[in-house]
Amino acid sequence: MIWEHFPALIPISLLLGALISAPLGIWKRFVSYPIALTAVGISFTSAIVALIYVLNEGSYSYHLGGWFPPIGIEYVIDPLSSFVVLIVVGVGFFVMIYSHRSLQDELSMKEVQFHAVALLYLAGLSGMVVTGDLFNLYVFLEIASLSAYALVAVGEKRATFSAFRYLMLGTIGASFYLLGLGYLYLVTGSLNMADIAKIIPMLHENTLVAVALALMVVGIGLKMALFPLHLWLPDAYTYAPSVGSAYLAPIGTKVSAYVLIRILFTVFQPHYVEEVFPITTIIVWLSATGIIVGSIMAIAQKELKRMLAYSSVAQIGYIGLGIGLANPLGFIGAVLHILNHAMMKAALFLVSGNLRYRFGSTDISHFNQKMRIAMPWTSAVFAVASLSMIGIPPTAGFFSKWYLVLGSIDSGNWFFVVVIALSSLLNAVYFFRVLEKMYLVRQAEHVSLDADKSFHKEFKVKEAPISMLIPTLIFGAAVIVLGLLNALIVNNIIKIAIPNGL
Amino acid sequence: MVKKSSSIIVGIVSRAIVPFIQLFALYVIVHGHSSPGGGFQGGALLGASILLLRLTVGREGSELVFPERMGTPMSGFGVFIYAFVGVAAMIGGGVYLNYAFLPIGGMQPAELRSLGILLVETGVGIGVMATMIVIFDDIAKGNFHD
Repeated sequence: MIWEHFPALIPISLLLGALISAPLGIWKRFVSYPIALTAVGISFTSAIVALIYVLNEGSYSYHLGGWFPPIGIEYVIDPLSSFVVLIVVGVGFFVMIYSHRSLQDELSMKEVQFHAVALLYLAGLSGMVVTGDLFNLYVFLEIASLSAYALVAVGEKRATFSAFRYLMLGTIGASFYLLGLGYLYLVTGSLNMADIAKIIPMLHENTLVAVALALMVVGIGLKMALFPLHLWLPDAYTYAPSVGSAYLAPIGTKVSAYVLIRILFTVFQPHYVEEVFPITTIIVWLSATGIIVGSIMAIAQKELKRMLAYSSVAQIGYIGLGIGLANPLGFIGAVLHILNHAMMKAALFLVSGNLRYRFGSTDISHFNQKMRIAMPWTSAVFAVASLSMIGIPPTAGFFSKWYLVLGSIDSGNWFFVVVIALSSLLNAVYFFRVLEKMYLVRQAEHVSLDADKSFHKEFKVKEAPISMLIPTLIFGAAVIVLGLLNALIVNNIIKIAIPNGL
Repeated sequence: MVKKSSSIIVGIVSRAIVPFIQLFALYVIVHGHSSPGGGFQGGALLGASILLLRLTVGREGSELVFPERMGTPMSGFGVFIYAFVGVAAMIGGGVYLNYAFLPIGGMQPAELRSLGILLVETGVGIGVMATMIVIFDDIAKGNFHD
């Protein structure tokens, strides 16, 4: 019965949640949050059921309106999409729990609207993942992007400016994608991914197909913040409200990375993107540059959120590298890194939200031991997530990097091994800089305690509220648990998802 | 602020035209599933007719036809009709948006399909109309809803 409907339930319950919670929330403010949380909860449960179903029974296709593909829109739940959609709504669910107190602090008059926009954003992202139709994907992409601009724009004063920049660049990206899709429709006459995949092998000589691929990769690359197209990202993540960046950073760009995987390996097939029109070579080199540039830029930042934003550019580079290597190990690395980076970045941005909640700013130069004494759990999560970002076993970050290194060796390109190793060192530089201030600087203790006595009283510095602390701890624990369970995930989920011919 | 047009000819003519635009818009919406047109086009026409009133009769006069505070709720309500029809089909045992399964007794599947698409088009029409008016009102006011 209802189990047949889980592919549709994932985005639809979020959409309905947004539509119900907003008007009821305007009527009675306090009802909006429980409704929003229920909607994400239903979606999260459906995603879990979908993943279990796929692992037991195999892939599943849901035909909207009862119209069969390629004419109708289909939602496809296969190992890859069910895995990524679970990450999306899972992160969304825990950030939603977190957002209640944080929003009361930062955006007290706008929570109702914020929850509605966040639900639309999650609906857009989860729709992008489950859909099997390229135009439907564009529609969901626009829903997610427009909501993301709003999530950024409600932040501090400079947020409007960065949201406008994000809007401009994001719209250009979406237009490129739509233009490429138009060319593809022109030559294939279909919008269904599986259907186009059958037609493409007959059109290898067609230049329009190559143009379509190039345009779509540029468009998705912009949304994904692939290296030279990342310029919208640092400002958007920095000036968004804490919860806004916690929604955007872990899953926003990852879903675009998933779309890139779908377009390259499902629609255009590995043979085409590697040999006929070797666009993966371009992606892999851009990603490698992005890893180094993002890490170096992160070292130069003085503000925690901005540092994390640049580190996101580097981390997207890892995913791009795995995709661009176009071999099974690289693919495993990329998909595993989508999961790991979502957990690490969610943990780090929630930590920065906790610090902002208690201290009012996240300027790294003000960090000191008192922070660790006042907020032991938050600091511990920060330390664990940082170690994972650097790639120290047994945290999750190590294993995705390990697969990426194996993939680079497999493709015979030792340069990328050097890039990954070097970037791990750079990561260590910028994270240990913060960890040192939090844990190791002893002489600063007296100075800061004296100087900050008034500060101490004013902000009542203690651990974050429980509803904010628990999601932070869950992500922190997930970093370790997923690291330990990585073999289970890789063998049972990601290995089945490897596309044919890779 | 939207100012009233000073010309009496513009005012009278547009007031005379507006009912016909709206009638045509309704035709486009209800006939959308069997001829060119549909919710989006009809909604755009409905929105345009209100905007014409906003420009010529002024805000006070056009508020009687479509109050400004109704903009945001109506646009959400339009989308809600759409999503709800889809879910109603799910409750009736079909897949999302399969109108043949709408839980309404005593109707053939073909009639249900016709009714379902009409409901969806109505929702889309309301959503598009209200969204156009919201955008116009926000720009005309020069500030944001809070």
